[in-house]
Amino acid sequence: MIPITHAVALSGILFLLGVLGALTRRNLIAILMSIELMLNAVNLALVAFSRQWGNHSGQLFVLMVIVVAAAEVAVGLGIVLSLFRNRESVNVDDASLLKW
Amino acid sequence: MVDATPNTLIRWVPLLPLIGAVVHGVLLALVRKPLNRALTIALSCGTVIAAFVISLLLVNDLTMLAADARVMTDSLYASSWIGTANFSADAAFLLDPLSAVMILVVTGVGSLIHIYSIGYMDDDHRDDRGFARFFCYMNLFTFSMLMLVLGDNLLLMFLGWEGVGVCSYLLIGFWYSDKWNAYCGSKAFIVNRIGDFGFLLGLFLLFWSLADVGHSAIAFRDIQAAFPAIAEQTVTLPQWLSFLPGFPEWKLATLIGLCFFVGAAGKSAQMPLYVWLPDAMAGPTPVSALIHAATMVTAGVYMVSRMSFVYAAAPGASAFIAWTGAITALFAATIAIAQTDIKKVLAYSTVSQLGFMFLAAGCGAFGAAMFHVVTHAFFKALLFLAAGSVILAMHHEQDTDKMGGLRKLLPITHKVFMFGVLAIAGFPFMAGFFSKDEILLAAKLSHVPGHEALYAIALGTAGITAFYMARLYFRTFLGESRASAQVRSHIHEPANTVTYPLIVLALLSIFGGFIGPAAALNPVKGLLGISDENSNSFANFLAPVLANAHHEVDHWTEQQLALVSVAVAGIGALLALWMYVLKPGVPVAIRKSLGVVHTLVVNKYYVVELYDRVLVRPLVAISDRVLYRFIDAGLIDGVLVNGSAATVRGITNGLLKYAQSGFAQSYLGWMALGGAALVVYLATRAA
Repeated sequence: MIPITHAVALSGILFLLGVLGALTRRNLIAILMSIELMLNAVNLALVAFSRQWGNHSGQLFVLMVIVVAAAEVAVGLGIVLSLFRNRESVNVDDASLLKW
Repeated sequence: MVDATPNTLIRWVPLLPLIGAVVHGVLLALVRKPLNRALTIALSCGTVIAAFVISLLLVNDLTMLAADARVMTDSLYASSWIGTANFSADAAFLLDPLSAVMILVVTGVGSLIHIYSIGYMDDDHRDDRGFARFFCYMNLFTFSMLMLVLGDNLLLMFLGWEGVGVCSYLLIGFWYSDKWNAYCGSKAFIVNRIGDFGFLLGLFLLFWSLADVGHSAIAFRDIQAAFPAIAEQTVTLPQWLSFLPGFPEWKLATLIGLCFFVGAAGKSAQMPLYVWLPDAMAGPTPVSALIHAATMVTAGVYMVSRMSFVYAAAPGASAFIAWTGAITALFAATIAIAQTDIKKVLAYSTVSQLGFMFLAAGCGAFGAAMFHVVTHAFFKALLFLAAGSVILAMHHEQDTDKMGGLRKLLPITHKVFMFGVLAIAGFPFMAGFFSKDEILLAAKLSHVPGHEALYAIALGTAGITAFYMARLYFRTFLGESRASAQVRSHIHEPANTVTYPLIVLALLSIFGGFIGPAAALNPVKGLLGISDENSNSFANFLAPVLANAHHEVDHWTEQQLALVSVAVAGIGALLALWMYVLKPGVPVAIRKSLGVVHTLVVNKYYVVELYDRVLVRPLVAISDRVLYRFIDAGLIDGVLVNGSAATVRGITNGLLKYAQSGFAQSYLGWMALGGAALVVYLATRAA
């Protein structure tokens, strides 16, 4: 059996990769993908803990997260699409009008 | 409680019109491509006519059962519709004699009016969207009304009750591009909501009182079975209500009954909530006929009859209903005298006739009230539809000042309108005659305080009714035409889809009373060999479900009373004949001599203006000055939102705003930092 530390470490690495991607990439689609990566890192941790404690709530949470993630992708891509229609670009820095 | 016979056919009566409405709704709102006119007609009229046929089959099945076991139910789900540990309401339908009568009226008269609408709305030169939208609402209304009368519990009834209110609003404002129509629709909805509040209070009060004694009933039959447990309970009124009669102990049943009656008064346009009905005439005429004369406005009478066991235990509430009904009847009838708009006269006449129904219900004669519901549906639908035919012919002119002399030009409309007038005036052996005499008799014999005065008011109102209806008839159809020559040259009878329903309704108005003539007044009793007990078949049919008050009266008294009422109505009609046909100068002279009184009546006693000053304007002023300007704009927007922002800006000298850079990733960075800080904090605290 894979020890839980391995699973949690992998989850942590994936999450950090997601954070770095979301912070550094300028392409909105890439940022969305990075956010997906973070969500799935969390899923992995939840499943791992769920197995560790023999408690199924963790798996239930994962299903919930997947549903929310799907909705989030739909909305996110919708925003990307409308941004592209307005600015002919998916660069996140091109959308910076809302400021002081 | 007798066992109910299950019958799964019942659900199709409301569901068929719902299917029609949903198909129209989906095509109009989602697909945005309405059906063409032929398909619209086939779908909408087809579903309602099919519902009528099914209703006939069902009522036939119902009459096959023994008289005291005429209860059929149909439960849509095995489990409940709304359920908690303490109560459950089923999505179930109840067909007993009372709802049987109502579904026949709703689907029968409804079918005729749907057919009539084909011709009437075809004249409305709009695109197919408007045509389909109209029939969509009409089907939705039919569905809601059928839910109201078929629901087996108070909650389901309330669903239909609200549904018909919404449809009424939608149809009054059907030509919404005219702002006045939209205003009238809103007015009807809001006034109805006031009544609905009373309905809800009654529902809660009834439910909690029953729960107190260990019953959690919400279905009508359960409530009726459990009601004796609380029938004799009393409540103590608070000190500030010491002006009320019977203070300080009231029967609980009285309180419940009054709450329900507030709901009924809103829906059925009784004082003081009647003001919406005359304005509801802003809708297309078939709507006025179906919703604001024949069916929806009688929902209050139906509800009171459905809860008749409550009122039988609440003499105080009954007396209140009887008096409200009688005063409304008289009040509306006097207003109708002076109106010139053909639909306004009919609208006030409807208010007045509804008053008659409540008078009967208050006197414990629920059977007579329901009888008048049926006959009134016949002749008032006829009058409205005939008026619609006149309005079509006159190119949407409704003012009788510009009519006259239409007898030759519109022969069919003229004849059916005349029969409608005779029926409502109570011409012997026509529909209104039997039902109105039953009501007058009930008022005469009842034990309601002041029942002799009630009888006098009702009798006088019957005379006034004959007068203003005859006046309307004379001014519209007889005499010289007051229309312009250009309009007159275009007057012709409308299409067959308009005239055929009129003829059917005219026949019903003439012969419809024979569904249940009182034994004393039945002219064909001897001819057909019907015994006295069987003569009033309508009352006998309803008797098992209604808590009717019983009075013994000999035939001769009843016949005398009928003679008196016919004589009074005859005097009213002859007076109108004298004033408006034989001596056309008289009305002007009377108008002059009456002066102030005439102004008062023409302006409907300024009730609308009074409500506007006392209720509407203060409410608008409070909403505007206090709620909007002070609380919303001043406190919430000013102090909380802008104030807190200004405070922060002041303290930091405006430097903090640069944190709002506009770059999404900088926010994300701050968020990540915050998250990391949180993790570090939690980790160090745990260690």
